[in-house]
Amino acid sequence: MPARHEPIFDRYSVWRLLKESIDGNRGWKQAWRKPEPKARYDVVIVGGGGHGLATAHYLASVHGITNVAVVEKGPIGLGNSGRNTTIVRSNYLLPSNIRFYEYSLRLWEGLERELNYNVMMSQRGQLSLFHSASERDAAVRRGNSMLIQGVDAVLLDREAVRAMLPFIAMDNPMFPILGGLLQPRGGTARHDAVVWGFARAANRRGVDILEHCEVTGIRCESGRVVGLETTRGFIGAGKVGIAVAGNTSQLAAMAGLRLPIETHLLQAFVSEAIKPLIGCVINFGAGHFYISQSDKGGLVFGGALDGYNSYSQHGNLPLVEHLMSAGVSMVPALSRLRVLRQWAGMMDMTMDGSPFICRTSIEGLYLNGGWCYGGFKATPGAGWCFAYTIAKNEPHPLNADLTIDRFFEGRMIDEAGVGPKPWAQ
Amino acid sequence: MLLIHCPYCGARAQDEFHYRGDANVERPAPHAGQKAFYDFVYARDNPRGWHVEWWHHYAGCRRWVKIERNTVTHEIRTVKGPTQDTR
Repeated sequence: MPARHEPIFDRYSVWRLLKESIDGNRGWKQAWRKPEPKARYDVVIVGGGGHGLATAHYLASVHGITNVAVVEKGPIGLGNSGRNTTIVRSNYLLPSNIRFYEYSLRLWEGLERELNYNVMMSQRGQLSLFHSASERDAAVRRGNSMLIQGVDAVLLDREAVRAMLPFIAMDNPMFPILGGLLQPRGGTARHDAVVWGFARAANRRGVDILEHCEVTGIRCESGRVVGLETTRGFIGAGKVGIAVAGNTSQLAAMAGLRLPIETHLLQAFVSEAIKPLIGCVINFGAGHFYISQSDKGGLVFGGALDGYNSYSQHGNLPLVEHLMSAGVSMVPALSRLRVLRQWAGMMDMTMDGSPFICRTSIEGLYLNGGWCYGGFKATPGAGWCFAYTIAKNEPHPLNADLTIDRFFEGRMIDEAGVGPKPWAQ
Repeated sequence: MLLIHCPYCGARAQDEFHYRGDANVERPAPHAGQKAFYDFVYARDNPRGWHVEWWHHYAGCRRWVKIERNTVTHEIRTVKGPTQDTR
């Protein structure tokens, strides 16, 4: 459904493309306005990444709340939204996680129509390899858990993996490949396009996107949030939603909250562009290494955390060595490629490896954070659930378990089962 | 690469160490209550800047050391034994 105020000629379509190509491309407009902050909004979302913009979009489109601002300290989409490895999947083990991520994946499947924007969603499949009998058992268990929740999962044996990935080293002496668990509907999407698509869609429905507007304080009166101190002045707010993964502890501290979160580094890499080689997303089970190929041809890969608290946004060499050796163990041909780019993002690592979409102890202040390294695939689902939680002042059943209180109540959603060690999730 | 000056072994690469988390949290008294234990086990300051933390020199002397490290620049200011004060 097009938004109410949207003139039909502002929609993106093949006809529009033809018209503009004839007219010399003079009719394209700015995809979102650059307004001055108003004195007060019904809802202010802190953080102009995918999650914040998706929240604003769903607040306007689903709940009819359009007096909304998204404040962002830099330009939009240059934090973790621009630093991830673009993978979309819902192959989780625990029911709370599967339900949430599967809902998100379904939103992904209709996102381009919803936003009238090409987010380059490509369901090329996500394959997790296993290398031992016990890993196989864990994969079967996970697959069954997914099937019970209505998610697609296919167990591949050794020969099926070999046929699918002829370039892979099946008989590595330490890590022979015994098979894999495939989620055919998993895949990749263009991360920047997701941010731009949500920004444009939210803007069309009247949301103000305030870039270069850093929050310096959260003003509360008698246990209730009343607005934000920012570098562009005070902005009054009926409700405030925090969606600043990486800096969540700092934002929450402005409101006097201390969270079960540590910030850690996760690195990612892109190789030089080559002809099509890797047709799906592959996860190497013998280390922590995953790889896919972008539409430009570069191989995009990453792995484990650097393993200590950091806000530096650049990774360290021991992990680079570890990752490269894992990659070459799985795909020996990688040793012939050069790495073009390397970067790191700041992960909100929680004490059980699962996120928060919830109310806080302060009236009118809501939290979306703790995404560990699962934030990108969650973008539409998190926005949808966060918008619901803010609009109704209560969680949707999909995010009812994703609370801070779960740590008080002993209801941790510990997908990895490693205990309260954020660097080990 | 972090270079950690272990008080027992001298300058060593970070590969020889395991990170063991925030060293400022202290175990509360046994009957301090649920809130105190929640703070001890789960809640963290997660500072942007100087952070006091445990590292385990597992591939060296196998002792735990207390390090003061900047989480933005990765600069290490002090490395002390577990019972020494950081400041």
